Amino acid sequence: MCTLEKRGDLFLLTLTGDDEHRFHPDTISSVLSLLEQAKSQSTRGSVLITTAHGKFFSNGFDLAWAQAAGSQTGAVNRMHQMVESFKPVIAALIDLPMPTIAALNGHAAASGLMFALSHDYVFMRNDRGVLYMSEVDLGLPLPDYFAAMFAAKIGTSIAKRELLLSGKKIKGEEAVALGIVDSAAHDSVEGVVEATVSLGESLAAKKWNGEVYASIRKSLYPGLCTMLSLTAKIAASP
Amino acid sequence: MCTLEKRGRLFLLKLTGDGEHRLNPTLLDNIRSAITQIRSDPSSSQSVLITTSDGKFFSNGYDLALAASDPPLRAVMAAKLQSLVADLISLPMPTIAAVTGHASAAGFLLAMSHDYILMRRDRGFLYMSELDIELVLPAWFMSMIRMKVVSPAAKRDVALTAEKITADRGLEMGIVDSSHGSAGETVEAAVKLGEEIVRRGADGHVYGRMRETLLREVLHAIGSNESASNGVRNSGSKL
Repeated sequence: MCTLEKRGDLFLLTLTGDDEHRFHPDTISSVLSLLEQAKSQSTRGSVLITTAHGKFFSNGFDLAWAQAAGSQTGAVNRMHQMVESFKPVIAALIDLPMPTIAALNGHAAASGLMFALSHDYVFMRNDRGVLYMSEVDLGLPLPDYFAAMFAAKIGTSIAKRELLLSGKKIKGEEAVALGIVDSAAHDSVEGVVEATVSLGESLAAKKWNGEVYASIRKSLYPGLCTMLSLTAKIAASP
Repeated sequence: MCTLEKRGRLFLLKLTGDGEHRLNPTLLDNIRSAITQIRSDPSSSQSVLITTSDGKFFSNGYDLALAASDPPLRAVMAAKLQSLVADLISLPMPTIAAVTGHASAAGFLLAMSHDYILMRRDRGFLYMSELDIELVLPAWFMSMIRMKVVSPAAKRDVALTAEKITADRGLEMGIVDSSHGSAGETVEAAVKLGEEIVRRGADGHVYGRMRETLLREVLHAIGSNESASNGVRNSGSKL
């Protein structure tokens, strides 16, 4: 389902297997515990790189599991359960005392894209994979903390509209032009991973204090932190 | 420490000498009294302020060595800089920072407290150094960064990558308005821009009030950060 590996200063979180890596209560819980593990093992210079195997980074929540509840109410309850239990995963990433990099091997949709955007740096492929906020097509409203993430991380009105209101499947080049991702320069998954490892190593070399890093990160996104119930410890003087 | 010159409708405030222009209590007081002088000038509401410096540094930030030797001075410098920035935000005239040397941490913040940043491209960088020296950024600094550095990637690069930002990179990031070949050219361009703004003839009082509204969040962060014993926030706009 998912693994956490350590390579020198780098923590590598991988969503394993060739499936859609949908977020289901079990995957959510596994990812959360791996993030907690990374946090507990973090030292100066630690960096997290998150990636996945196969065609998908993550295709969002497990809607089939929600439908399998057998009733409208049951489905809604299951959706609600996933939305609520996913919030701590996002909070854990925003609170993580180390730089975070998402290396997108493939498609990132809905909560899968949310997961990607929760990282400090996002790299995707040039040749394959799209970013897709499917909610408008599926008739699902955005959870409040999703909306807060987009407000924090997507800079222009045009980019927000393209991502949230147009139902567009956005490829690498356009994602860079819209300022949604940092890079889409590579034509293979190996290329993306290599580039993120390279960035990771240069960030690790700074030997930053992780607590200070996390505090500065949280203070960049006060609205999002409020939604995630995260407080930033901010000094009042130099 | 700093000089104030008037050239027609332009006020030229210069941080003098070849040092780092560290924002210690004395320099901050000098700058603030220059600003008070500017405010009380009868032509102030049809004028422009240009802030620049001698030497290799615009300002290298707070005087951390002084704070290390006398810890209470930390809070004093912070309070004085907050008052200065509040004063600049309410100043009834456009403000231009002609950055001809390095601007780090509080020095970068001081540059950002101006409406325009013109910078030399051959040397010098803007640098939010706090992460590299293990300091958390104060909330009111973050507020200014969020207001002035709008693209999410640029915000991250300023605060979380602690990038050393050259003029041309600053242009890309939307932090710097224009880049110039040398210190002299930068100041010359600032003077030209100042003269063009003066020619437009806008009312400085209205300008100052609009800026206060735009940067309301920063003023609020400064206001809620002050302790009762740390003196008065000098943001009196004179309408």
